[in-house]
Amino acid sequence: MPDFQRLVPAPLRKPSRPGEGNGAGPIDKLKEAPADLVGWVDERTGATGFLSGMLFRHVPKGTNWFYTLGSATLFAFVVQAVTGVFLAMYYVPSATEAYASITHLTNDVFLGEFVRGMHKWGASVMLILIFLHMGRTFFFGAYKYPRELNWVIGVVLLILTMVMGLTGYLLPFDQRSFWATVVANNITATGPVVGPYLADFLRGGAEFEATTISRFYAIHMLLVPGLIIGLIGAHLYLVVKLGTTAPPWVRGRRQPKSLREEKVG
Amino acid sequence: MADVPDKKNGPLPDHDPAGYFEGESMTRRKVFIVGSQAVGGLAGIGIILPAVGFALAPVFDSPEENWEGIGPTGDYSPDGYTPAVITTVEGIGEAGKTTAYVRQGNPDINPDESPDEYIAISTRCAHLGCPVRFVAASSTFICPCHGGVYDFEGQVIGGPPVRPLDRFQTRVAGGQVELGPRYSVTSQLEAVRARDPGEFTGGIWEYLYPPRPTTAPPPN
Repeated sequence: MPDFQRLVPAPLRKPSRPGEGNGAGPIDKLKEAPADLVGWVDERTGATGFLSGMLFRHVPKGTNWFYTLGSATLFAFVVQAVTGVFLAMYYVPSATEAYASITHLTNDVFLGEFVRGMHKWGASVMLILIFLHMGRTFFFGAYKYPRELNWVIGVVLLILTMVMGLTGYLLPFDQRSFWATVVANNITATGPVVGPYLADFLRGGAEFEATTISRFYAIHMLLVPGLIIGLIGAHLYLVVKLGTTAPPWVRGRRQPKSLREEKVG
Repeated sequence: MADVPDKKNGPLPDHDPAGYFEGESMTRRKVFIVGSQAVGGLAGIGIILPAVGFALAPVFDSPEENWEGIGPTGDYSPDGYTPAVITTVEGIGEAGKTTAYVRQGNPDINPDESPDEYIAISTRCAHLGCPVRFVAASSTFICPCHGGVYDFEGQVIGGPPVRPLDRFQTRVAGGQVELGPRYSVTSQLEAVRARDPGEFTGGIWEYLYPPRPTTAPPPN
């Protein structure tokens, strides 16, 4: 049988089997390259130990699709972060220009409507997923010892996500945004003693001011996302450290059938 | 056994703890730990305090008193309201404008009013700040958001608002009616410093919703 391998250009030739050849052919080297790169990084960071500990950890029997709701929320947050960065490239946080920049972004910019739509609808998706995730944790009793602190962090994350919704709502600066923010600020002001000052702080003055929209923008894109990222880190650390819980319908170890109570005499 | 006195040499000298030189109350290590933490703390405060002050400053700003002409006195009748648009915040376009309903004072409606003065009712609903409109047919102000209803003088006659409609100070200069800073009123129509919508006025509420530095003092 003729040696067809010789017809193939040298770099594309089938690599020699393990234990054969000198292992120094171009394709052999190419094959080794990814492993070499991973090895190079791992030798200097020890990352694979950390990652395999996190990704290949043991999960209890009965783990099911409900356990993916937290990851789904995280994914929704990443979508918000990525689309938000790109929206910020066109958005102008000024009371006189915000609406025009949003209409330009939506109507003129290539795929602008799509990216803005992802950010807008993604916000609702994220909140819905958070509540489903919270419901799973509650109904599976996964908030109990030793996971109480993770429940508290989760509640803070929920509140921060709502702050994102509130501050982001103003940014398109149409009639709905404007009046919704006026109403939200006035509700804040009805808190006794500190309420009036808190509303002044949010607005940057006694009325809806020129600084109000830039304040909301700074809170929406810098302050709260920073806090959310930090708290997600803590949340995940505790999940990995403490492990997940089994669903309530999975019983502990059963009594073997061979054991039974017997009355004597 | 170390603290048992030696008969020949007398009692042993007090030991300094390990790492301490004679007579020291703190080791070098401890001095440096406390010192570097103190320096770091001071640096942190030095950064955070100005930043917080910077963000909080607008809460303590006192407002400039702006008066805006809204046309000759003859434009405003004592029997009905005429809308006038004024700018409450400069530089933010439409968002900084608001409508006031203005009429001449009428002793037949309220004995405290005189025909020399003008009454300017703010359209900002005292519930949560939506814009009310005056409906001439029923002589009431009606809010579109949650159904607040006010009578001709701005007193609440229905819905969720907690106090009468705000007013603007008015004066006449050179035959022109001018509108000045906003003020709120109690249920007896006494002037108090401007409050945000949703806040009660008068009595104990003046303490529960304290006046803010960002508002102008009320007219006498």
